[in-house]
Order: sequence, then C-alpha cells, then structure tokens
Amino acid sequence: MKRAIILLRRRAISSIPVLLIVVIFTFFLLESASGDAVDAYLGSVGGGDSALVQSLRESYGLDQSMLARLWLYLSSLARLDLGWSVAFGRPVGALIAERLPNTLLLMGSATALSFGLGSALGILAGARPGSLRDRLLSIGSLIVYAIPSFWLGLVLSIAFSVKLRWFPIAGVETIASGKTGFSRALDIADHLVLPVGALAFIYLALFLRVMRSGMAEAWKLDFVLFARAKGLSRSRIVLRHVARNALLPLVTMLGLQSAAMLGGSVVIESVFAIPGFGRLAQEAVNGRDAPLLMGIVVTSAILVISVNFLVDLVYAALDPRIGASEGGA
Amino acid sequence: MSRLQRLLSTPEGVTGLAILLVLLSAGLLAPILSPGDPLKIAGHALLTPFSDPAFPLGTDRLGRDVLAGLLYGARTSLAVGLAAAFSAMVLGLCVGMAAGFAGGLVDEALMRVVDAFQIVPAFLLALAFVSTIGVSTPVVVLAIALGTWADPARLTRAQVLAIREQDYVASARVIGMHPAEIAFREILPNALPPVLALSATIVAGAILTEAALSFLGLGNPNIATWGSMIAEGRSVLRSASYLSVIPGAALAITVLGVHLFSEGLGKALGDDDARAA
Amino acid sequence: MSIFCSLRQLSVTYGRGAAAALDGVDLDIAAGERLAIIGESGSGKSTLARALAGLLPDGATVGGEMLWPGLGHPPRPGRDFGFVFQDPGSSLNPVLTIGEQIAEGARRHLGLGWKQAYIRAEELLGRVRIPQPDKAMRAFPHQLSGGQRQRVAIAAAIAARPALLIADEATSALDVVVQAEIVRLLDGLVREDGMTLLFITHDIALASGFVDRIAVFCNARLVEAGPVRSVLSAPKSDYTAALIASHRDLATPPLIAEMLP
Repeated sequence: MKRAIILLRRRAISSIPVLLIVVIFTFFLLESASGDAVDAYLGSVGGGDSALVQSLRESYGLDQSMLARLWLYLSSLARLDLGWSVAFGRPVGALIAERLPNTLLLMGSATALSFGLGSALGILAGARPGSLRDRLLSIGSLIVYAIPSFWLGLVLSIAFSVKLRWFPIAGVETIASGKTGFSRALDIADHLVLPVGALAFIYLALFLRVMRSGMAEAWKLDFVLFARAKGLSRSRIVLRHVARNALLPLVTMLGLQSAAMLGGSVVIESVFAIPGFGRLAQEAVNGRDAPLLMGIVVTSAILVISVNFLVDLVYAALDPRIGASEGGA
Repeated sequence: MSRLQRLLSTPEGVTGLAILLVLLSAGLLAPILSPGDPLKIAGHALLTPFSDPAFPLGTDRLGRDVLAGLLYGARTSLAVGLAAAFSAMVLGLCVGMAAGFAGGLVDEALMRVVDAFQIVPAFLLALAFVSTIGVSTPVVVLAIALGTWADPARLTRAQVLAIREQDYVASARVIGMHPAEIAFREILPNALPPVLALSATIVAGAILTEAALSFLGLGNPNIATWGSMIAEGRSVLRSASYLSVIPGAALAITVLGVHLFSEGLGKALGDDDARAA
Repeated sequence: MSIFCSLRQLSVTYGRGAAAALDGVDLDIAAGERLAIIGESGSGKSTLARALAGLLPDGATVGGEMLWPGLGHPPRPGRDFGFVFQDPGSSLNPVLTIGEQIAEGARRHLGLGWKQAYIRAEELLGRVRIPQPDKAMRAFPHQLSGGQRQRVAIAAAIAARPALLIADEATSALDVVVQAEIVRLLDGLVREDGMTLLFITHDIALASGFVDRIAVFCNARLVEAGPVRSVLSAPKSDYTAALIASHRDLATPPLIAEMLP
C-alpha cells in the first residue's frame, strides 16, 4: 500500500509536464478559432450591440492578450478552477462534475463486460490454437471489431427499442419518474443496456483477440512444456500457466484502450442521448465554448492518466518481476 | 513464390484484397456509375431498396440516391483514411527518428509531447481540431492524423534505440559514414517493418474516425460521406432503417477488408522472416 | 536387475524426407540404474530423451518399439517419470510461486489436497538443499539464481515420486562449480528414492564421475554402451576413444585413475 502511494506521487509529478503540454497546445488550438464563445453566444441570441459585446468580453476576460489569458488559465487551473462556461452560464467544473458520473458508469460497465467476456472467450479460443473453435472465434471477432460502434448502437436500438420494444431508446433514466434507490438503479440499468452493449461489443472483440494471441505465444514457452512433463491436467495448464501469462499483455492493452474508450463514449452518448461527459464535449463544440472544451480536454487527460496508473498497479500485482528493483524482493 | 502469390495463398489476404479492390473501383468509378452530384435530389423521397430499378438501393428523405452516396462515400472514406494514416506515419517516423537519434533532453522533451498526444483521446482531439479550424477535408485528415501519430512515433523511437546499438551500425560509423547517411541507409530500413505493420490499424481507425466525425456533423458537408448518411437516416429510423443500416454495413465491410488484408500481408511477410532465419 | 525399459530398433524422424534423428537404437535400461547418454549436438541424445517421455513435437514419426516391462505401460508424465530441462531460466513459470509449481505435481498425482501438497513441496525444497525453504516457497523464479532454479525444477520433477528421472542437459547451462553440485544432488536423490536416472549430456567427464553405465551416441546411432569403467578404460569404438581423449587432462583424476591397470 505504501509503495502504491510512493508510485502515485511519482506518477503525479511526472504527469505535470505532460498535462502542461496538453493545456498549452489545446489553448493555442482554440485560440486559432475565428470566433470565440461570445460570438457564438451572440449568434444564438441574434446579435447585440458593440457595448454589449465589449462588456461580455470584459466579464469573461476575453479582451486580454493571448499570453495573459493563458497565464490566467494556468493559475486558476492550479487552484482547480476550470473557468466559466459561456454557453451554459455555469462553472465548467460543476458541469463536468454533473455529467461525468454517467459516462463513468457507461464506460466502467462496458470495460468490465468486454474485459470479462472477451478474456473468457479468448481463453476458449487460445486453449487450442488452430482448432475450429479458435478459427470461428477469430473470424467472428475480426468482423465485430470492424463494426463502427455508433452504427452498432443504432442497429441495436432499431432491433431492441423500436422493433422489439425491450429497452428504452434514449436517455439514462426515465425523466421525472421520481424513482429512488433500487428501482432507480434498475431504471438506469435498463436504459444503459443498449449503450453499454454497443460499446462493449466492439472492445470484447479486441480483448478476445489480444488474449488469444497472447495465449498462442505463451504456448510456445518452455515452462508450458515443463508443465506438460509434470503431467498436469489440461485445464490447469490452460488456465494457470498459459492464460495467466497471456493476461499480462491483455492488461497492458486495457490501459492503452482507455483513452480510445473515452473518445468512443462521445458518439455513443450522442446516439442514445445520454447526458454524459462525451455529450458535453459535443455541446461544447457546437457552442464554440472554449473554456468548456478546455476543461473537457484537461479532465480527459487526467482521467486517462489515472486509469493508466491503476492499470500499472494491477500489472505490477500480476507480474512479480515488475517492481523488483523498486520494492526489493 | 513471390510475395503477392504468398499473400493470395492466405484466405485472409485474398478476401481482404478482394474487398479493397471492389471498394477502390467503386470509388474510382463513382463518376461513371453515378454521374453528377450525389447530394443532388434525384427522385422521390424514401424509396425502399430494390423497388425502383433507377435507384437500386433506394433514396433518402430528400430523394437523394443511396447508391450514389455509397459510391462517392467510398471515395471519401478511402481517401481520408489513407491520407490520414500516411500523414500520421510520416509524422510519427520523423519525430521517432529525431527522438531516437538526438537522445538526451531533446528526446525527453519529444517524448513528453508524444505522451501528451497519447493521453488526450484521439477522437476528442479530432473533435476539438475540426470544430476550431474548419470542416474541409484536409483539416479532417490533419485532425485524425494528430490523434494517431503518437503510436508510430513511440514505436519508431524504440526501434531506433534498439538498432543504434547493433554491430552493423557501429561498423558503418567506423568506416566514416555520415550520421544522416547512417540514419537513412542503415537504420530506417530496419526500423520500418514493425512500424508499417501498425499502418493497417491506423488506416482502419482513420476510416472509423472520419465516419464518426461526419456522423456528428463535423465532416465536410459538401461531399457525400457514409457517416453523414447514417446520421441522416436517424431521423427516419423507425420507418426507413435501411438508410442508416446500408452505409454502416459498407463501413464495416471496408474496415474488415483492411484488417483482413493486413493479416494476410502479415502472414505472407511473416513467412519471409521465417525463411530468412 | 530387472529391465525398466527396452528399446528395439527405435527410430525418430522429424518431418518428411528429413534425415533420421535416431536410427535403429537397441538399448536396455535397468531399473534403478544411473545411465548417462553421451553425445555431441545432433547426436540424437535429446531426441531419445523426448521420445522416452512422449514429448516429441507434432510431426515426428517414431519407428521401432519402446517396451516398458517395469511399468507395463508407457510412462505417464509426472507420475511415472520426471523431466528436467536444460534451461532453468525458462522451465519455471515466472508468475507463479515456486511453492505452487512444486506442489501442483504432488497434488495432481498423489491425490493430496493443496495444504498437504504445500507441506510436501517444502520438504522437497529442503531435500534439494534450498536455504530457508519456508521463505523460498513464496518466492518467484526470478528471485533465485540459475543453480537454485534448477534445484527447484528437480524438486518439481520428483514431487510425485516417479520411478524414472530424465535430466536432459540439466547442467549444461550452469557454471562448472554449480554443475558439480547439481550432479551430486541428483546422485543423492536417485540413490535415496531408488529412481532410475537417465542423465543426458555432452560432458563425458562430468557424467562418468557418478553414473553406472554410459551409452555413447553419434549421428543418430548408438555407438557403444556398457559399464562406465569398461567403456572408459577400453572403448570399443574409435569415436568413444576420441571423446575420451579430448577430455583427458591433468584436472581429471578419476579418468586417469581408471586408466591405470
């Protein structure tokens, strides 16, 4: 536990220069837009006189020089203040805090489902590389992996919401239903089945392939031959020796995919009208809301860094060779 | 057996190549098969597929020909996918080589930049880029490339670091080869293969990202794209689901073709290594 | 002594049209004896070991017969024979504790529960002279030296009390000093448990220090076999003589002692 805290501190410190680069790059990117949030706001309300424009710009600090604004942003970021959203008229931090839990729920469930099912099927395929079962699962996963997630979401909603009416077509819960506790949880789960399914299905295919190829590689290693020479049962060799080693590249892949999954949530939330973090990004883009978009990019970066850190911890727990130099045998 | 023959001997290679060739010809022949602007209104609205021989795949809400959209959309997907992947690879190779060779502080600094681009979700970055700069096709290509160049950069750098220590590089230095010459003649050809193996994944990802961007309304609105067709079909999802299903199926088949082709290529070239060993 | 295993015209070929890896081998292995299989690379000695253990790769064709009068059936891995490989670094699974890797064989073949299997594993670690067996049980392979890993591999191979132990170049990847230790260990274990030992090596000097019989292989054929003393003092084939000659130097007293009338 103590070692984890030391690693956390070290990781946090080394992440600061990277986050700085993210902020600076995004800042200058958003600067190069031809209009700013005030222009968009004015566009949506049908224009305004120059005095209004000037006062709006002043109140949002948009009349100062670029570098001055960058410095202002960085210093408020250090105080964990993400600024003010022009389009929503609320603090960015509050908006994100409101929307993030839905996305985390969506992504968390999708990750758990795809990882669990994907590795299980991958083990089935990798237990006997080259067998019929393996070939079928490999081809199947290749086909599924090619499917765009947003299209899958649409197809699933056509099939299950429109035609079969099994699941609700949009949203994260029934609005103004007044449900609490367990029945609310069920309601949310009901709404999330299709979006989680769409997101998870694609990543399931990926994890299946990684587990399968990891096992195909592990079969060739000497300790597997040694295990066979010890006369161990086939299931023990497959699970405790081959799959246990193939788990390592799979966990690595989990970390690498976390950023992609967060990006994927943008389209899925759009398809299913889920009021989440991804959807917020789309709204920020439509509203040309630079502070909100900045806040979203920074938050995503921090999220990905955190997930990567957790994945590294899990990897270190699974591979006894890691950390031997740091913690001592 | 030549490499092409080896590729064709694998079922993946054959299927992948076949799919890609069909798509390539669809894209190239689009102006011949469906002359005129695919976004123009061609006939009655919401004709179902196979009901009217003039419109084999039907028409959308505004009466635009679905088949024309499909054919021109193939151009967009392939062109953007390949261009974005190419840009990402070139950028990644340059940065990776520079980092690998320079070492020290330059290497550290470049790697922090690579980290930054790997940490921000690629789609979010593309979203921010397109929404800020504009929705023309070159911008979309650049936006996608910015999200994907980090992986090839990291891989190239790792390769360069490994190869630098090899004996044949040392002997090139001893005989007085210029560093730039060593870089391009000794190191680059050997660093390239694993990085090229990455290219299929990048192409497939680029095609899907472009589709997602146009689905959200952030693609070039003046050209036909499969993503925008899917988005268009959303409003009539209950009554005319084929409008969303058909372009999506085309997307899936395209990406599948890319993956199959790369698997076949990997197997064909893999034999190469086994033979050489 | 009863015969443990009898090879009649045993041949092994890898793949079609390739040269034979083993060609017409006739050899008897007595129960409880320590037999060294000597040969250089490509002589077929490892193929012999794998063939006996049934660990040949797919695509290998086996001709001739292997008879097992002692067992009445071909030996089952783990239960009837234990196999020790050359490279201790890769024989052990890096992510499992060494305690588990020794116990799993005992559990599978001796019908023990995990707790009992772990107790037996700790006993075995003591027998193979690993220091602090209780701590070592929870250690991982990368935390041990090469020699220690090989001891663990031996412990794992004999965990289920097999009748035959096959050591395929078990010392070749180790330092000279460690080699002698491992050889001493093998000798002791085999004597204590009454196991039959097949010691495969290219090092005739190392083997002849402790085995009962040696069998010399060259180019997939059995060249000569017999009690170690007689083969060394009066080799029947030129190849064996050359092998002995290449090892004879002042640092090998046992050989010189055998040469005296």
